[in-house]
Amino acid sequence: MQAGNMMGIVNVSQRFLASIVLVLALSCSDTEARKALTIKGSTTVLPVVQIGAEVFMERHPGVDISVQGGGSGVGIASLIDGTTHIATSSRKIKKGETARAEAAGVHPFETIVAMDGIALAVHPSNGKDSLTTVQIRDIYTGRISNWRVIGGDDREIVVISRDTSSGTFEAFERLVLAGKKVRPDALVTASNQVVNMTVAQTPGAIGYLGYGYLSDKVKAARIDGVRCSEETIRSGRYPLSRPLYIYTDGRPTGMAERFIDFLLSEEGQRLVQEQGFIGIRKGRL
Amino acid sequence: MRHFKETLYRWVFTILAFASLLFLVGIILTLFRESYPLLAGHNLHDIVFGRFWYPTYDPPEFGMFPLIIASFVVTFGAMAVSVPIGVGTALFLNELASESQRAVLKPVIEILAGIPSIVYGFFGMIIVAPFIQNLLDIPTGLNAFTASLVLGIMATPTVASLAEDAVSFVPRSYREASLALGANRWQTLIRVVVPAAGSGISTAIILGIGRAVGETMTVLMVAGGAAAIPASLFDPVRPMTATIAAEMGEAVMGSAHYHALFAVGLILFLITLVINIFAEIISRRFRLKLGLGR
Repeated sequence: MQAGNMMGIVNVSQRFLASIVLVLALSCSDTEARKALTIKGSTTVLPVVQIGAEVFMERHPGVDISVQGGGSGVGIASLIDGTTHIATSSRKIKKGETARAEAAGVHPFETIVAMDGIALAVHPSNGKDSLTTVQIRDIYTGRISNWRVIGGDDREIVVISRDTSSGTFEAFERLVLAGKKVRPDALVTASNQVVNMTVAQTPGAIGYLGYGYLSDKVKAARIDGVRCSEETIRSGRYPLSRPLYIYTDGRPTGMAERFIDFLLSEEGQRLVQEQGFIGIRKGRL
Repeated sequence: MRHFKETLYRWVFTILAFASLLFLVGIILTLFRESYPLLAGHNLHDIVFGRFWYPTYDPPEFGMFPLIIASFVVTFGAMAVSVPIGVGTALFLNELASESQRAVLKPVIEILAGIPSIVYGFFGMIIVAPFIQNLLDIPTGLNAFTASLVLGIMATPTVASLAEDAVSFVPRSYREASLALGANRWQTLIRVVVPAAGSGISTAIILGIGRAVGETMTVLMVAGGAAAIPASLFDPVRPMTATIAAEMGEAVMGSAHYHALFAVGLILFLITLVINIFAEIISRRFRLKLGLGR
C-alpha cells in the first residue's frame, strides 16, 4: 500500500520533471531563433522605447526586444555589468559611472532621442500660474511657504518633490535648485503620475513632472514668462527643458543601431511626439 | 530499493526545511556586508539620530531619525485603529456572535487579509486622503494620520484572526466556572476570558505591529514621503520601508546612498527581529499558562 503510494509520487514527479525539461528545451530553441535586444533604464524614457519597440518588432518579425524600467541609474549600471544592450537615461551619465564603465571595459556612447520639458504643475483653481525660476527655487527650499507672498491667495504651499535619486529630480535640481536642498518636509512621491494626481486633488500644491505626463486636471505654470509648450521646449527657450539619452557600449551596431535609427527616423520621432515628448530630428551628437 | 527511497525523501525534505535557515543567514550577512561601508565611515550616533536625510547631495547626509520616527508614528497610529477593531472582532466572534453571523464575518475578515497592499495604497490615496484633507481642511491628506488609518485597516485581519485563536483556546471550563459562580456574560468576558487569553492577544497585537512596521506599498503611496520629523499627526512622513522602496531603484550601485539604504534595511530588520522575539516569548508563556505547551 505504502509502496504503491510512493510509486505514484515518483510517477507524478517524473512527469513533472519531464514537463520542465520540455519547457526549458522549447524556450531555449525560441531565444536562439530570435534576435534579442534588451533595453533598461529611466521610467521617463520608458514609454518612448516601449512604443518604439512594439512598432519595430511588428516591422521585423523574429526580433525580440525586452524593455524594462527601473530608473536611469539602474539602466546605466546594467549597461556596465553587461545585462542590457541599451540603457535609457533622463540625465547625462555621471563621471563616476563613466569611470566605472571604463574600468569594466564598457565605453558608454551617447545618443539623444527626444527632448523633455519639466512642467511646474499647480491646481487649476490657483490664480498664480506664472513663476520665475528664483521663486520656484525659494518655494522648494522653504524660503516661501505661502502663495500670498508671491501675489497669490492666502494659502499654504504644499510642495511636492520626487525622491532624490529619480532622474526627474536630478534634472530639476540642476535646472532650478542650483545646489540648494529641497525643504525636508516636502511631500515626496515615487512617479510622475502620482505628482499629477496629488496636485490635481490639492488646491495649494505645486509639483514638477515630465511634460509628457501633464494631464488636463492640472495647470502648467509659465516659467520666467515662457509658456510650457512643445515649441518652447524643443527650441530650448523654456528654461526647464532637458534631453533624453540612450547609452550603448560603443557606437551602436547591429540590432541596437537599427533600433536607434528607427527611433530617430521620421516615424520614430512621431511616436516620441505621441508619447507627449518632443522630437529632436537632429540625429546623433 | 525501498530503503534507498526513504533515505532520499528524508534528505530532500531535510534540505527543503533548512532552506529557510539558509535564506535567513544569507539575508542577514548581505544586510551587514552591504551596510558596513556606511557604518564604518560614519558615526553611528549621527546616522541613527541625525535629523537630515539628503543621501544624494554633496556632501550627503544620512540622518535616519526622521525615517525611524515616521515608522514608529505610523505603526502605533495603525495599532490605535487595528487593536480595538481586531480584538473587539475576536471577542464578538467567540463570545457573542450567532452561527450565521460567524459564517459571514470570518470569511469577510479573511478576504480583507487577502487584499494586496497596493490596493489599500490606491484606496488610501484616491479616496481616504482627499476625504481627510477636505474634512479637516488641512493642506494635504497624504500624512501620518491617513497612513495610520489605512495601515490600521490592513493590520486588522492579522490582529483579529490571531486574537480569535487566542480567545478560542481559553478552556470552556473557565467560562462555565465563571458563569456557575453567578457572573454574567460581560463579567465573564472581561474578568475571565480576556485575562486568560491576555498573552495570546498580546502576541496578536505584536504580530500586528510587525505587519504594520514592515508594510511598504501603502505607506509609500499614502504617507506623503517627507523626510522630516513630524510636528503633528497631520504632517507628511517617510517611513523606512517607503524610503528603501522609493530610492533603491535609482541609487547608484556601490555608492554611499546604496549602502545607506541597506543600513536602513538593517535597522528595520533588527526592529522586526526584536518584535518577533517578544511575540515568541509571550506566546510561549501563554501556552504554558493554559497547560497547552510542552
